[in-house]
This record gives sequence, structure tokens and C-alpha cells, in this order.
Amino acid sequence: MLPMGRDAVLVETEDGEGAQALHAELLRRRAAGEFAEVREIVPAARTVLVAGLADPRGFAAAVTGWEVPPVGPGSGELRELPVRFDGPDVAEVAALWSVAPEELPGIVTATPFRVAFCGFAPGFAYLTGLPPELHLPRRPTPRTAVPAGSVALAGPYAGAYPRSSPGGWQLVGTTDAPLWEPSREPAALLSPGTEVRFVEVTA
Amino acid sequence: MSAVGFVVERAGALTTVQDLGRAGYAHLGVPRSGALDVPAYRLANRLVGNAEGAAALETTVNGCALRAVRPLLVAVTGAPCPVRVGGRPAAWGAPVRVPDGAVLEVGAATAGLRSYVAVAGGFAVEPVLGSRSADLLSGLGPAPLAEGAELPVGSERGAGRAADVLPYGPAGGELVLPLVPGPRDDWFAPGALTALVTGEYAVSPASNRIGLRTVGPALERAAGRDGELPSEPMVPGAVQVPPDGRPVVFLADHPTTGGYPVIGVVPEESLPAAAQSVPGSRIRFVVLRSARPAV
Repeated sequence: MLPMGRDAVLVETEDGEGAQALHAELLRRRAAGEFAEVREIVPAARTVLVAGLADPRGFAAAVTGWEVPPVGPGSGELRELPVRFDGPDVAEVAALWSVAPEELPGIVTATPFRVAFCGFAPGFAYLTGLPPELHLPRRPTPRTAVPAGSVALAGPYAGAYPRSSPGGWQLVGTTDAPLWEPSREPAALLSPGTEVRFVEVTA
Repeated sequence: MSAVGFVVERAGALTTVQDLGRAGYAHLGVPRSGALDVPAYRLANRLVGNAEGAAALETTVNGCALRAVRPLLVAVTGAPCPVRVGGRPAAWGAPVRVPDGAVLEVGAATAGLRSYVAVAGGFAVEPVLGSRSADLLSGLGPAPLAEGAELPVGSERGAGRAADVLPYGPAGGELVLPLVPGPRDDWFAPGALTALVTGEYAVSPASNRIGLRTVGPALERAAGRDGELPSEPMVPGAVQVPPDGRPVVFLADHPTTGGYPVIGVVPEESLPAAAQSVPGSRIRFVVLRSARPAV
């Protein structure tokens, strides 16, 4: 439990799953009318920020006593993302995984992912679910422009770029899913807690 | 109703549409954005009788010039600057009428950096996620003003004029930044907070709407605390210290997450002064130990 200014608390969790579970619990409690004054509840890799608290001390004291159920399959809304495995780094990633390039799509589509948090750009979701042996390094030199819709892997995460931007992740495919549409409610297709399955398409 | 109210004659160094921003979307990676000097922005709106949250213009350093295409009521606040209407001197910090066809000239700031131009009815650009603010980090909201651009002005009014003229001015000289330590002050060498408080820091010319960058002594990391943290959420006023050791004070367009440690957080009420501090201004950090919640 760490202070972040006068009215915010950064709650540290043991691991990423803990942060996801605490985030889900915070949303349940807010929906039930607790800490209505709170401005932002923002999960990240191993922390959750609660900003705009009237009584940060009281909140911090209370959180430690909560029973937080773990997140599991079926606890979030499921989104399927169609993906063509046509990324420029497929061969390299397959080599790092010690599999043939043709096996890569099967591995990715068989993995149940969940949005751990968003950041980097509006609607960019950090998806967890890959087992440790499939975690990957970033590319040594980031690309100056990764095309919008690129499906990419780095560290423990998978992600899809809502729009073109620089990026150092390994590009394995492309999706046409509308990841970010500010005029839509919700604007982000993927938000923290959403469960994600990649589905292979060929055209 | 929102029809064209102004045509941009001179865009200035960086002039953007701003309101109170997009709070509540940080979990989707959306920066808060919004006016950097909120009190000056609010005052400009009050002077023209606008509702809370009406969009205004935020200029940078050298103002802008707008030609009115119908009679409009405006007010310029924030960084003090010469104001002219149709070539004649007009009031800063007070409601001013701009006749049809006249040019409103917002001159270069004589102190501070950012002036605010409110117009009765508000700048009626298309809102994105409930805000008309230009977010320069993620590109949400309207593009910065460009010469020849047409600016729509709405007809929505507030409860009536709440002010005629109010004393206001950015403090000159030294910028005092109170700082609540944490969350990652333990990532720095013992004495780093003292070094921050006693070191000679100044506002870097590389500062922008994302953050106030500093020049001054590098803050040392604690032994074994190299590299980055797993991404964690950021807040306005967070003082993040990148590997070069020079603190960056996050302003409205800051990224929602980051991996460099935050040594402390400047309370939001001190950020307007930070946003008005010209490059080279001395910074004095003051640690607010008593304000640190015992969590």
C-alpha cells in the first residue's frame, strides 16, 4: 500500500493476477456504491491506483482486510479477435519458441488471454495468459511505425495496436477488429478484465 | 447551435482548444488532458458568462490572432499579454466585445507562458469522450489551431456573468513545488529527497503539456534499484525520474502508465504555476511529509 499524492493510493499486489483480481473487486464495490467520490481506478502490471479518495488512510486500512476472489475463466466478458498470422516476426518468434512457424497460430489461438490493463495509447490492452516459457524479449531496435491492427507479443504480454505508432514488440499478425472508436460506447473494444481469444482467419 | 465564430489569422506557437479534460478514462489509456492553468481557464469562462466546462483556447508564449465573423464576447486570462481588437488596445482579464469582422489579437505573454481565450457560448468543436480538449500525447480531440482554420462557437450560456474583472496573475520568479513523497521514494539513494530539496533546479525548455522537465543535479537510485518497474499507473503531478536522474513533473497530457519510479507527487493546486513557469525559472521543491497518508 503506497501513497500517491494526497488523495490517491497505489495498492501493490503479489503478482499480475492479484492486480486483476483486486481491480475486479474495486469495480464491484464501486458499482455497489462504495467510495463514490473516486475519480479513477487504474490497474497496471502489479499495482492498482485508486485516485480521488476522500479518506485515503481509511481506504488503505480497509483494503488489507478484503477477501478478494481470484479471477478465473468466465469472470469477464469474452471478445474474439480475428487475426491473420502474417506478421514479419512470425519466423523469429517461432524460433524463440522452438516450434515450426506453422505451429505459431495454433499456440496463440489456444491461449486464453485476459486484459490485465491498458496504457501506451488509448485502447491498447496488455493481454496476459502466455505461460512463462512463451514469454519473449522485445525487439532490440523498436520499429518507428507499427501498422494499426498489428497483433504483437513482448514479455509476458500480447497486444494489438489500435493505431500506427512506434513499437518494439514482435509482430505476429494483423486484426481488423475495431479496437478503438471514440464515438462508440465503450470506446475501447478491450478494457481491463475482458477475456480475449484470438481466432485465425486467412483473408 | 454552433456556427463558425472565428477564422484563425495567426495560430501562434501552439494554440489548442481545452476544457476540464477527460477524467475517468485512465484505465483505457486515455490521458486526462484539459487546461493546464485551470483557475485561469475557469476565470476566462466566468468573465464571459459561460457554463462550467465550456471550451476555451490555450495559447503558448506568443498568443494568436482570430478574425470574428460575427459579434462575439471574449475574455483573455492566464499569462498577461497585450490584447487588441480591430487594432486598438483592449482589456486583459475582462470581458471584451469583438465586432463582426474585427481581429482579436492575443499578444506575446509578458509573464508566464499560457493565456486563455474564452468566448461567450464556448468553442464548439466536436467533443471526444465528453471533452473538447486537445490531447497532444495521444492525439484525441481537435488538432492545434492552424492558420485559416474556422472555429465554431456555440450558443450555450451559463447562469449569467459571475465576474467583471478579477485580480489574477501568475507568480513570477521562483516556482515552489510542494511534494508528497512516494510511492517509489525508496527507489532512490538515501539523501535523494534532500538533494531534490536543496539542489538548484530550473525549468527546462523541453517542457510541454505532457510534463515540466527540469535541469539540475541527477537524483541517484538506491543500490540495486536499476532499470524499470513493471508498468504502474501515473497521476497528474507525479514526479517521475527517468534514467538521466532529472525529475519530470507530469502535467495534463501525461501517459497513464509508466515504468520509471515516482519519487513524489505535486498536489494538483500547484500545477497551474508549474505550467506557467518559463524555461530557466528556478524551482524549489518542498517536501510535505505531514501530507503523506500513513498507508
